[in-house]
This record gives sequence, C-alpha cells and structure tokens, in this order.
Amino acid sequence: MAAAAGQQWVLVEMVQAFYEAPAYHLILEGILILWIIRLLFSKTYKLQERSDLTLKEKEELIEEWQPEPLVPPVPKDHPALNYNIVSGPPTHIITVNGKECINFASFNFLGLLDNEKVKCAAQASLKKYGVGTCGPRGFYGTFDVHLELEERLAKFMRTEEAIIYSYGFATIASAIPAYSKRGDIVFVDEAACFAIQKGLQASRSNIKLFKHNDMADLERLLKEQETEDQKNPRKARVTRRFIVVEGLYMNTGDICPLPELIKLKYKYKVRIFLEESLSFGVLGEHGRGITEHFGINIDDIDLISANMENSLASIGGFCCGRSFIIDHQRLSGQGYCFSASLPPLLAAAAIEALNIMEDNPDIFQTLRAKCEHIHKALQGISGLKVVGESFSPALHLQLEESCGSRENDVKLLKRVVDYCMNSGVALTQACYLEKEEKCLPPPSIRVVITVEQTEQELDKAASLLKEAAQSVLN
Amino acid sequence: MANPSAVCNGHLHHHHQKQNNLLKSGIYKKNGITKGMKKNGVSNGTLYKKTFIEHFEQAPMYVAVFTVVGFAVGTIFGYLRDFMRAWGLEKRNIAEEREQQKDFVPLYQDFENFYTRNLYMRIRDNWNRPICSVPGPQFDLMERVTDDYNWTFRFTGRTIKNVINMGSYNYLGFAETDVNALKTVTIELEKYGTGVCSTRQEMGTLDKHVELEKLVATFLGVEDSMVFGMGFATNSMNIPALVGKGCLILSDELNHTSLVLGARLSGATIRIFKHNNMQSLEKLLRDAIIYGQPRTHRAWRKIIILVEGIYSMEGSIVRLPEIVSLKNKYKAYLYLDEAHSIGAVGATGRGVVEYFGMSPDDVDVLMGTFTKSFGAAGGYIAGKKGLVDFLRTHSHSAVYATSMCPPVAEQIIRAMKCLMGLDGTTQGLQRVRQLEKNTRYFRRKLHEMGFIIYGNDDSPVVPLLLYMPGKIGAFARRMLERNIGVVVVGFPATPITESRARFCVSAAHTREMLDTVLNALDELGDYLQLKYSRYSKSSHPELYEETRLELED
Repeated sequence: MAAAAGQQWVLVEMVQAFYEAPAYHLILEGILILWIIRLLFSKTYKLQERSDLTLKEKEELIEEWQPEPLVPPVPKDHPALNYNIVSGPPTHIITVNGKECINFASFNFLGLLDNEKVKCAAQASLKKYGVGTCGPRGFYGTFDVHLELEERLAKFMRTEEAIIYSYGFATIASAIPAYSKRGDIVFVDEAACFAIQKGLQASRSNIKLFKHNDMADLERLLKEQETEDQKNPRKARVTRRFIVVEGLYMNTGDICPLPELIKLKYKYKVRIFLEESLSFGVLGEHGRGITEHFGINIDDIDLISANMENSLASIGGFCCGRSFIIDHQRLSGQGYCFSASLPPLLAAAAIEALNIMEDNPDIFQTLRAKCEHIHKALQGISGLKVVGESFSPALHLQLEESCGSRENDVKLLKRVVDYCMNSGVALTQACYLEKEEKCLPPPSIRVVITVEQTEQELDKAASLLKEAAQSVLN
Repeated sequence: MANPSAVCNGHLHHHHQKQNNLLKSGIYKKNGITKGMKKNGVSNGTLYKKTFIEHFEQAPMYVAVFTVVGFAVGTIFGYLRDFMRAWGLEKRNIAEEREQQKDFVPLYQDFENFYTRNLYMRIRDNWNRPICSVPGPQFDLMERVTDDYNWTFRFTGRTIKNVINMGSYNYLGFAETDVNALKTVTIELEKYGTGVCSTRQEMGTLDKHVELEKLVATFLGVEDSMVFGMGFATNSMNIPALVGKGCLILSDELNHTSLVLGARLSGATIRIFKHNNMQSLEKLLRDAIIYGQPRTHRAWRKIIILVEGIYSMEGSIVRLPEIVSLKNKYKAYLYLDEAHSIGAVGATGRGVVEYFGMSPDDVDVLMGTFTKSFGAAGGYIAGKKGLVDFLRTHSHSAVYATSMCPPVAEQIIRAMKCLMGLDGTTQGLQRVRQLEKNTRYFRRKLHEMGFIIYGNDDSPVVPLLLYMPGKIGAFARRMLERNIGVVVVGFPATPITESRARFCVSAAHTREMLDTVLNALDELGDYLQLKYSRYSKSSHPELYEETRLELED
C-alpha cells in the first residue's frame, strides 16, 4: 500500500515538473522524441536511395538504349535460302527444281506415300470428316479414327496402350518432360536427335551425356550416380532416372545395343525411353522396330516413341507402352493436351498403312535386302565413307578427310549432291542447326533407301555417287 | 472482392458512355485507378478507333467462399478415399507399376496425381468425348457409359446425333464436308498423298508450300511468310530461333502453353506482365531498359513482347494499339499470336491488326494458326522478308520437322481464297459478318439473362463463369442431355475459383441453333443458379441497344 502511494507521489511530481518546466525545454524534448521515432522507422541504409536515378536520367537511359535487330541479316547465298522446290508429290520419281529424278532423299521407306489404298482411305475420311479437327483432344477433337488408330498401333506394337500426337517432332519432345522433371536425371546418348534434345531441355532435368553407343561410358555414369546416391539416400529415393536412346540413330545410321541397355536398366534401376522414328516399320520381321530386331520383350522398354512421317508416310507421331506410363501423357503431354488433334484423314491414312504393313510382312525383308545391296555397292568410293548399319534405310556418306573447315566440307558435298541431281538422282545433305546441336555430327550426304527403288536404280545411284566423288573430290 | 463493382480489367456496361469519353480524352480506368496516359507519351485518344469494351465482372463474395469450400470438401473426400484404397477398403482402379519395376524410383509422386485421381475422375466424362462426324455446327457423338465411375468407358455403339457444337474452334465454318467446297482438296490428296517424308530444308519444300506461303503473305499484307505443320510447334520451335541468352521476353500472364514453352526453350530471361495490363507492361519495359540484365547490368540485347490476339480462356482481345505505341517508344519487338483471332475478327477476317485498324507493319512477328478459322492444321509466321528468311534458315521446324501435309495446305488455300473473295464469291465475307452477328447476339443474350461472361464484346470465344467445381460436371452433362456439346474448364487451366464453360461461336451456327442453346442456358442457369451477374441487362436495356448500334455502323 505504501509502495503504491509512493509511486503515485512520483507520478504527481512528474506532472508537476512538466507544468513547471520552461517551454524551450519541452520543445527540445519533444523534438528529441520525434527524432528517435524517426530513426526507429526510417530505413537503415540510404545509399541506394541516394544513388537512385532521377526521372531525367531514366529517360536518357531509355533514349540511349539501342536493341539488336530482331534478326540478323541472312546472306543471300545461304544454302537454306536456295532450297529445292519439289513440284508434285515427293514419291519414287520426284521433280526437283523442274528436273525429274529418282528419289533418294525422302524417308518414304515403304513407298506408302503413293499407295492407292492409303489415298482411298484418306479420301473416304475427307468425305466424312472434312480436313481439320478444330480442337484439341479434350475439347471435341477426339474422333473415332483417333481411337481406332491408337488401338491399332497398340495392337501392332503389342503394348497395352498407344497415344497419338499431331506432329512427329512434338511426340518425344512432349513425352520426356511429361515424366522427367527438375531434379531428375536423364542419361542420354550424345548422338540423340534434336527432338530428344529439345524434350530434355523442356524437362529441365539433370542431363548426362554418354558417348555414342558406349555402354562402358554409360555404366561409368551410372556408377558415379550410384555413389552419389549413397551419400544422399533421401534424395535418391525421389530422383527418377531415365536412359533415352534411339532405336536407329538419325544422325549416325546405327542402332543402339538394346540388350546391354536392358541389363543396365535392371542393374541400376533406370527406365528406358526409346525413340524409334527410323526403326519403326523398318527393323524386325514385322516392322515392330528395334525390340523385335533383338527379340526383346517390349514391356522391358518403358516408353517407345516414333513418328508416323517416315514408314507410315502420314503426319504425326505416337508413344506406346504400358497404360501405367502412357495414360499419364493424356493430361501431361503438352503437345497432346494443348494442340489441335491430328486431322482425321491423316489418321485414316496411317491406319491403312498399318493394314498394308500387317498384310505384307515381306516388305521389311525386301527393304532390308535393298539396304544391304546399296550398302555394299557404296563401299570403296574414294574420298567418301559409308556410315551406318548395312540394314539401315538411311545411311550417311561422310568425307574421308575433312578439308579443314565445316563450311568447305559442306560446299564440297553440295557439289557431289548437285552432280547426282543433274544426272537424275535426288539426294540431300543431312541438315543441322550448327549452333544448336549438342554434339554436331560431321557433314554428310544422306542416302535414303525405299522399297520402290529397283536394283538397277540402286546400282545407278551408287555408280553415280562414285563418279561424282571422282570428279569433285579428286 | 468485397467491392462488388470492382472489375479486374475491364468495364461494366453501365459505364459504357462514360468509359468511351474517358478513352477519348486520353484517360482510362483500370483497377479503379484513373491514370493519365498522356504522361507516358501515349495518347490514348487516337489509339482506339472504336469502343473497346471488356467485361470481367466479379462474382459476389459468397460464390468464392462456396467454391473454395467445394474444393475443400472434394479434397477431404479424396484423402479419405486414398486412405481407403491404401488399406484395401476400396478397389484400386488405377493402372499399376509393373511387378519387376516396383523397386524403381516411383514414376509419379503420390500427390502429383491426387487431383486427377480424386477430383478430375469424378467429372472425366465431360472431356475427350469422341465424335464421329465433321466438327461443324452440329456433330454426332459416340455414346459412352461407365460402369466404374469414370475409370473406364464403354461404347454402347449408339451415336448421339446432331448435337449442337459449341466447343470446336470452327469460327468461320470451314470445317465442312461439302463436296464442292472440298473439290480442290480431293484433287490434291489424289495427286500428293498425305505425307511429305522430309523436312523443309532437305527435300520437303513442295510447290504447294510455296503457293500457300505467297497467299498467306498477300492475305496478311506483309512481305513474306513461312508455314509450319503444327500450330503449337510454330510457337515452341520458332521463338528460340528469334531470341536467346541476353534477351528479355515480356510475356502476358495468360499466354498459351506453346508460347511459354517456346520462351523457356529459348534461354532468354522471361518476365510476366499482368493480363492485358499496360501499366504493368510499361513498368517492366522501363525497368528492363534502365537496370539492364540482372547481376551483370549489361543492357539487354533485345526485348520482345509476346501476346495473343484473342485469349482463349478469357475471350479478351489484346490492347494492340497501346502495346504498339509502347513497343515503339521503348524499341521493343512485338510477337503477336493470332491463333484464335485470325479469321475471327476484323472486317475482312484479317485478325486483331485489322480489328484495330492498324497496319501489319506495326507488328514485328505475326504468328497464327490454321487449326481454327481455316479448319485445317498448322501455323504460320509472317512479317518482313528479313525475318522470314532468317526463319527459313534457323527455325527448328524448318530443319528437323516434316513439312506440312499437302492436302491440308490446300484446305488452307481454299479457305483463304474464299475469305479474300478470290473464288469469285462474297461467301467468305459473309461468313465473317455472320460470325460477328452471331457473336454479338449470343453475348448480348447471355448478358441479358444475367450470366457472368468474360471478355470482349467482339470475341467469338465466350467464357461463362460457373465458379463451383460441382457445377462443372452438372452443367456439361445437362447440356448434353439437351443435345448441346459444350466445353467446360476448371483448375488448373483456370484460377481455382474461376471454373467456366466456354462457347465458341461459329459463322455456321444458325439463329435457331443459337436460340436453342440460349433457351437451354436460360433454364439451366436458373436450375443450377448460374446467373451471378448483378448488372443484368434487363435493368438497363436502352444502353445496350445504343452501344450495339454504335458498334455496328
């Protein structure tokens, strides 16, 4: 009680002192209190503020800034600007820049581009459905033909499910990022095609390149990862890993060692994605691709992707595998969900092409024989070497010795191509975006073999190439 | 949210007159803030040649609350059922990992598919409905039923005939099977077959492509153009050719996935501005130029603005005049994706550039697709010869992707010729007019009924807000019962509280069809309580009529 009374007294005294204090004192104290409050609430560092640009300076900076032009000028003699123009259909006999040639350039392996049955099926579809689908698959862009094509592809490949895309390039490029996300690890062959590279880039995963078809190098990377995982097992439990390879490599013309890959898959628990755009409809007894070629259970491959633009001579692509895997793309495959679906007439053409493949399994034998024939005939050209498997329908002719710069090599090969073109054989160099490719393949002439080429034509092409090499390179 | 009259980006009808005046005097209102545009050197008064009206009315507060509660209940049930599945109390319908690979790192994180498994699965029957006819104004659907709550579907073998199609992007009605119209396509298909089997740079440039590219350039009034086999890939495979490291991309927040993917693949820095919000864009532009690249503070090599003509989920039209004046002021480049707008707006169907009465030279990169208005497939990029030449040499698509299917190219050619009147008729122009009329009519009626619809009065994409997740399924199913096919969209394609139905008006829709749809919507709107708008037109009929007349002259 006494203490309380004492305190009360102190308070009274304070108030009294306040009344008695001179005015200047109060003002001074007031200012001091305000100053403290200001210090408390003001920013500690003012350096930034002080160096702030004035409006005028800002305007000057904006005035000064000069952007680069939207695109740099392209030299008029750039080869891509002087492209070949094909008049009429790019079939067996092709008219390039007004000259009739035998086609050794289009990936029309089975000659289905010109097939009457395929055209008939497409015509019937055109009559029924018109051309476009006017919508993505989710929004009334699913046609009965799409469902039929998916079913047929799944049945043909002997997998549970297939999914179709409306563009070949977008197929693998959408499939990879549907599964592999940031933080996941993808082991990829350095010769992988551009679509795979873009898919990997879109996935933002951790990419590990191994030397082309070098299983020892792949195993080294896998082992490295295994030691890494032991250090951080918690992270390892959620890090998905994938091996991405091509069945028949577009850039090198050789095949991947699938049996060894499967062994590595189970040893290191990595999933395999296989790009079969060139091998589908080419390799194997029934054209089922590299798995049939090696006699491997297709379920051992987690995902197979291929386009329908080569053997099937239509447009679009597909992925197939187990439903557990494929179905995920129906909501996560960007090129599937957000793009208009495949025009029905192209789906109908692909179905008919599948029919033809199923009805004529000899066609794959014929193709293989022709590939082997020309592969043999092309050996021993002075200055040019054949790159690729003997049974590959797309093989590369590279310069035995580079003449120093890529540019000159390309020019030299162009002269060979032009020579052949003038004599009635249409060929093309393999084109790449030189600055974009991860591992740029050396320049090459690509020779594409189709079942429509007769033995005489194959020989003619081979001897013409020999002649051209002689006249240009020596 | 609390202020019922707040509009997020546009204007309500009863502000029309005032708004127009504001626009003319160089001031416009956004987010409730009136801001003078003059100070930025942008004179708004001369920018717009006609009224620019967009609606983004917000729903009452309780709607948002119920929507969130709806999702919460769905999520709780999802967890419950996941729990039951884990304990074997409920059958697991989902496809399982292979026995041999059970010890691999799981391909999917458990939560990744939670939404799909537990919420999407309940209403999955409203998507991917297979059709078995041309996607014209009416189509036939394959009837399907499910015996296991949408986990699998079974076809009954019957078809649902003559469903009114409000979902396909068939703006000008070129998705058709008329023998006469398709005559040239038939001929080209017979001549060329379907495939090309090569890329543009190798052996895949056909005379048909050259013809199409010339026509596209003429149609758009530019120097040159290049066409690609897929619309999506036109964006994702060409943006990386145009910009790269050290460049800045300013992208609208609602841009399509293909633009986003292209921007990501390019390696450039990406900054997002608010949807169609010019203040946000200008601030980003200013800051970018003043402060340069992050950390190094070097000046940006170039700045490119990515926008769409019509936004497919909002129905809004890009504020092109303002963007062009901003881009000119700040020396940025403009990439305009006219996927939905080409053919669909503008007096002769030449897209938003024509809609605003501007010159195609104002836009640096004109991109568009043939999937929608032209009833075909593929896309184009058009502009100055230098740009197109560069793409011919550097586009990913030109080097690595198979070129466009020739009969598809012919379909585009015939549709474009029809639009340009080169077929000797005025049919193309009639289609554009009809679309405009149908769009206005359909939108006006919906406003009058009291629905909240988003977007520009001239946009044939009409989103009708449903909000609550439970109404998505109910709405789409009941519309189908009335023989009307609609598209419904929910999270994640839209913000979580803004589920919607989207109608695409077509020139091929007859007045009777639209009336049938409108009647059905009227009934259903009452039944499902969808008429959320507090600015129903019935209370201001005179204003609307006036605006309509003004717009139609």
